[in-house]
Amino acid sequence: MSSQTQTPTEMPRLGADTAIQIRKMNKWYGNFHVLRDIDLNVAVGERIVIAGPSGSGKSTLIRCINRLEEHQSGQIIVDDIELTNDIKDIDKVRSEVGMVFQHFNLFPHLTVLENCTLAPIWVRKMPKAQAEETAMRFLEKVRIPEQAQKYPGQLSGGQQQRVAIARSLCMEPRIMLFDEPTSALDPEMIKEVLDTMIELADTGMTMLVVTHEMGFAQAVADRVIFMDQGQIVEQNTPTEFFNNPQSDRTKLFLSQILGH
Amino acid sequence: MSTQTLSPAYVRSDMLPAAAPPHRQEGAISWLRDNLFSGWFNSLLTLLGLAIIWSLVSHFWPWFAHSVWNANSLAECRQIIAEKWGDGANGACFAVIRVRWHQYIFGFYPRAEYWRPILTMGLLFVAIAPVLFSVNASIRRWVLAGAGLLCMVLLAVTASPDWSVVLVWLLFAAALLLAEYAPGRLLIVTVFYPVLAVWLLWGGSPWYPFMLLMGFAVGYGVSALVPRGMSAATGIVVTVLWWVFRAAPVAGLVTQILPLSLPAIQSSVFGGFLLSVVIGVSAIALSLPLGILLALARQSNMFIIYSLAVVFIEFIRGVPLITLLFVALVLLKYFLPPGTNFDLILRVIIMVTLFAAAYMAEVIRGGLAALPRGQYEAADSLGLNYWQAQRLIILPQALKISIPGIVGTFIGVFKDTTLVGLINLYDPLKGISDVVRSEFAWKGIYWEPFIFTGTIFFVICFSMSRYSMYLERRLSREHR
Repeated sequence: MSSQTQTPTEMPRLGADTAIQIRKMNKWYGNFHVLRDIDLNVAVGERIVIAGPSGSGKSTLIRCINRLEEHQSGQIIVDDIELTNDIKDIDKVRSEVGMVFQHFNLFPHLTVLENCTLAPIWVRKMPKAQAEETAMRFLEKVRIPEQAQKYPGQLSGGQQQRVAIARSLCMEPRIMLFDEPTSALDPEMIKEVLDTMIELADTGMTMLVVTHEMGFAQAVADRVIFMDQGQIVEQNTPTEFFNNPQSDRTKLFLSQILGH
Repeated sequence: MSTQTLSPAYVRSDMLPAAAPPHRQEGAISWLRDNLFSGWFNSLLTLLGLAIIWSLVSHFWPWFAHSVWNANSLAECRQIIAEKWGDGANGACFAVIRVRWHQYIFGFYPRAEYWRPILTMGLLFVAIAPVLFSVNASIRRWVLAGAGLLCMVLLAVTASPDWSVVLVWLLFAAALLLAEYAPGRLLIVTVFYPVLAVWLLWGGSPWYPFMLLMGFAVGYGVSALVPRGMSAATGIVVTVLWWVFRAAPVAGLVTQILPLSLPAIQSSVFGGFLLSVVIGVSAIALSLPLGILLALARQSNMFIIYSLAVVFIEFIRGVPLITLLFVALVLLKYFLPPGTNFDLILRVIIMVTLFAAAYMAEVIRGGLAALPRGQYEAADSLGLNYWQAQRLIILPQALKISIPGIVGTFIGVFKDTTLVGLINLYDPLKGISDVVRSEFAWKGIYWEPFIFTGTIFFVICFSMSRYSMYLERRLSREHR
């Protein structure tokens, strides 16, 4: 196995419109070095799929971007704000970065509509009527406006995940993070969530998606990043990544997930 | 249908319609067989249980059946029982309750002023109805009507002045109307209830407690003027400053302009259920917010706050309540500046509140721990700050999980108020009973007062328990 990291043949152009910049970022859980020297630039509007075996640190990486996890060295700059211990900066970044979780994490004591209006009302100080209007607009986009008055527990997994996407979008974020959004779903519900994500990608949203759905990566991603053992092993355009993988690890990974 | 074939290939041609479930055997006989006599061992247990119930009832029933309600002393009771049921017959002497019930309820509160505690109790229901029964209008209506009726009955049996009856009529009519058409407005009563209750019970001028309450408004007003970072701290400081330096003079000033005064009542005359309920309700109302803050502090990442919470909780839980009550009685004086002599009931309320809050904190911490991490993460990822996340996401769910434990603590606190009998206050269980027994006529009477106070305690505690079940049902229906 070679440990070389291939330089991608074609990198997106960076500059003033950089959404996220990560420099030499390291993170440890106790003595365990989870993320090692991560360097990553994400352009505005770019759609990135992060793949890799479990335990490779891909979820931890995107959770560092909105500071659900703290990094110990290096820099993360999101939307010109560097993530430090300043709580105000963290809350500011979080209100600009939406996140969708593997297990949805909807608020079970609130209706679907209340789930969607909560953050706009309390964080954005939006009037209630306007927040509800926005929420209904996004619920229509994810095609479940008729469920607005129900509680999350009454919905199917796929519906819950679409509500979770709508809830994030109601904050009108500039960046969306997806942490294995379809991994907890029954196979027949994966498609409805992926379709929603594809529609979102078509609107030009900056997206970082941790997923095992390689079909989605091929259809939507501008760039695929492959991670293993806490480091970025290879990144490339989807076409190149799937047809012409360079590193042995990538080849092994692809053969394992595509070869059955 | 093609199920007859042996080949593995099979295609269903018609889908089965839903069918009704098989009939269950119903009726008394089948219920008895299923629940009491299913097998020889269970039949044996059933018979044994019946025998125990029978022996209990057969022992106690004559005592109840022979009870005397009209007598003026224990000796007279015994004489009546002996005459009626023969020598050696056993019987209860509930006459003591008929003669002295008012002391079990009001302690030594002056008789002419009984309408004040009665009205305070009635207003308590008006104050809590919009909070506890915010959703269900019909339950709210029944609770208010029931409280009004109870007030009327109590006013009637205590021969209270007619105008107090009219006053209660008017108040409850207004409360019922408000509850019907603008339940939100009833919250005004809730906010001012503490001041109202203190004024009605202790008398004097209402303005000092009112100015204490105003301290919160002043603190809030000032904190709104100050830039965000410092606002909470400024608000607290201003509130405390107002309490210490401004509340008394302003109250004095207002008293001169608007002298609304009731005859002052000393704390030493408080007793019976009046005392228990005053201590119990105050401690319950104060310990919940304090317990929530302690539970959050114990989950905090901030070392000092976390340590203070742990030390406080473990210290209070490691000490019996009676020790704290003795501290309230004796020791607290040594720690306070000389000359300060604040009310014993207030000191007891503070100690019972601290005691209850420590237990409450642990109950609520259990609820907080039961929430999945994802809830915290989702709240964080939406940009909610700490207090917003706690108030809107975490606490509503954690408190819902903790309802049985919280209400259990409430019930425990209310029953623990009888311990004040040990520091020379007249609790309904021991204090008042001792007073009653110290009169020669009732010397040696034990069971009847216990049964009376026990029944009232049971009614109150059972109501709390039922309320908690109602709340759990309501919330689980809402949230699914």
